[in-house]
Order: sequence, then C-alpha cells, then structure tokens
Amino acid sequence: MSLMVLREQLNVLVNSMFLEGLLDAQFRQLQMLQDASNPGFVAEVITLFCEDSERMLTELTKLLDQAVVDYQKVDAYVHQLKGSSSSVGAQSVKLSCIQFKQFCEENNKEGCLSELNMVKHQYYSLRSKFETMLQLEQRIQAYDSEQQN
Amino acid sequence: MAVVAESQFHVLAVDDSLMDRKLIERLLKTSSFQVTAVDSGSRALQVLGLSEDLTSSPAVYPAHNEIEVNLVITDYCMPGMTGYDLLKKIKGSSSLRDIPVVIMSSENVPSRINRCLEGGAEEFFLKPVQLSDMKRLRPHILKGKSKEQQLQQEEEEEEETSISSNKRKAMDEELSPERRRLRLSNNNSLI
Repeated sequence: MSLMVLREQLNVLVNSMFLEGLLDAQFRQLQMLQDASNPGFVAEVITLFCEDSERMLTELTKLLDQAVVDYQKVDAYVHQLKGSSSSVGAQSVKLSCIQFKQFCEENNKEGCLSELNMVKHQYYSLRSKFETMLQLEQRIQAYDSEQQN
Repeated sequence: MAVVAESQFHVLAVDDSLMDRKLIERLLKTSSFQVTAVDSGSRALQVLGLSEDLTSSPAVYPAHNEIEVNLVITDYCMPGMTGYDLLKKIKGSSSLRDIPVVIMSSENVPSRINRCLEGGAEEFFLKPVQLSDMKRLRPHILKGKSKEQQLQQEEEEEEETSISSNKRKAMDEELSPERRRLRLSNNNSLI
C-alpha cells in the first residue's frame, strides 16, 4: 500500500473521530507538537493515556463494588481520569467523567455505576480507534525511514 | 562576550501525572526552554537546592546554585505538597523568592486562582496548557532576571562599602598601640 494511501486512511480516521466527538481540539495541539525531531510524541501520549485510564477504571470498578462506597476516593480517580482525557483530547471520555463527578458529589451509587459503564464504553471505543491510528502511524513512519535509507 | 545571546532559560516543571509531564515538557522544549520535569513538590525543592530534610548529611546536600532555574511551573492538585504549598515555600525562601512561579490547574476556581496570585504566583494556566500559553512565560522570566540583577548590583555595592570600611578598620588596627595612644592624647588636648 502506498504512503499516500496510508496517509489518507489516517486522515480519514482522525477526521471521523473528531466528527463523532471522540476527539477535540486538544488532540490537534498534540499533533502540532509532533515533528521530525519527535516523531513518536502522539503515540507516546496515547499509550500513556491508555495505561493510565485502564488503571483508573480498574480501581473505580473495585471501589464501586464495595457495600459502602468511599466517594472521596472515587472522586479522586474520576478527577485524574478527567484530567488525562482532557490533556489528550479525549472529549467523549472527558464529558462522561464530568457527569460521573456530578453523581459522585451526590453520593449517587446508581448514577456512579451507570456512568462508570458509560466511561468504559467510551474509553474502549476510543482505544480501538487509537490502536488503528497507531498502527497506521507506524506503517507510515516505517515507509518514511525506508525512503530515507 | 559583550552581547547576551538568546540563551536558553531553564524551567522546572512539576506535575504528578506522567502524561501531563510529557506534555508540558514537549510544550516547553518546542518553545526553546531547557526543561527539568519532576513528579512532586519535594523533588522540586531538591532541584532548587532547598533541602527539607535537615538531618541529611552534608555530602547529600546539593551545592548552592548548582542548577539555575529561571521559572517554576507547577500543577495545583498534587498529593502531599500541593502546588500552592510549593509556591509558599519558594516565596518564603530568601534565595528562591525571586523565581517566578506559574500554577496550572484543570479546574477554573476563582477563589483558588486568587489565592495563588495573592500567594505570589505570576500566572495561573488552565489545563490543558496550550502552545500559545508558552509565550506568556518569557516576560515573567525576564522580570525575574532584572530583579536578580538589581539585587546582585545592590549586594555588590554593599560589599564594596563594607570592604572599604573594613579596610579602614584594618588600617587603624595595624597602627602600633603607641601611635594610637598619641592620637588619643592629641584629641584630649583639644577638648
């Protein structure tokens, strides 16, 4: 597959993610910070985001599984997740976190559980697209370095 | 060198989130700053040469002025020492208080912002920090540097005056006791 086709596929993918509200303008900032001297920047940030998020989702699941929920701890993790999703431009995840925080403040267990499911759903949809994105990026970069050799 | 070249300013970035550290590091480097990124307020104080641990052995204590930091940019919400706590420690230190401090936060809380500004922070950045925010840093660094230079000048002038008065003192002491007595008696005769 030619480099041009790969690039086109990547553009289409990223644009669709913007249109669907999965990503926001912050992601464009990340793309701007990637250049020839830092070709792996976006991939690095996405990877960190995914590692962070999965860790937090695991903790949140555990906390909400308790008979008596420690809402302070739940809030602390949601706050972290909201922060990292905001930093990477993961809009749908971020919006879900905002709703989650609301339920937390109300000490609403039902609401928290339902929102946790929503966050997971949003996160995993995003993750699968991120995976495709990173694969395309890798292939493009392999092409680029081949061209240089 | 007569001309001060566009030398790289050194920014100390403090954030407990690895992701946000990567981000701020890249933002700063893209804007031509030299960066040291740490994950806590206490680590930041170590880099700044302010050891909190008074029992640490002299060998461990970093040399004064080992690393020159021109600006500190710190997250507000951190476990242990918050960005605000770090700000107060820096502003409360005679050696560090002229270093400009910028606070970052994901939450737009006016009372928090005011508290930080009143505590001596130069600015408050809302996260996620943007490339365009980096432009706001240089003026604070330059202001800090001119304050530093002013202080240095004042210190040098003070030193000079004290050196010359010390010289006079030393000269007086060098005079033999006899001659000093003579001078004293001369004075007495005038009364």
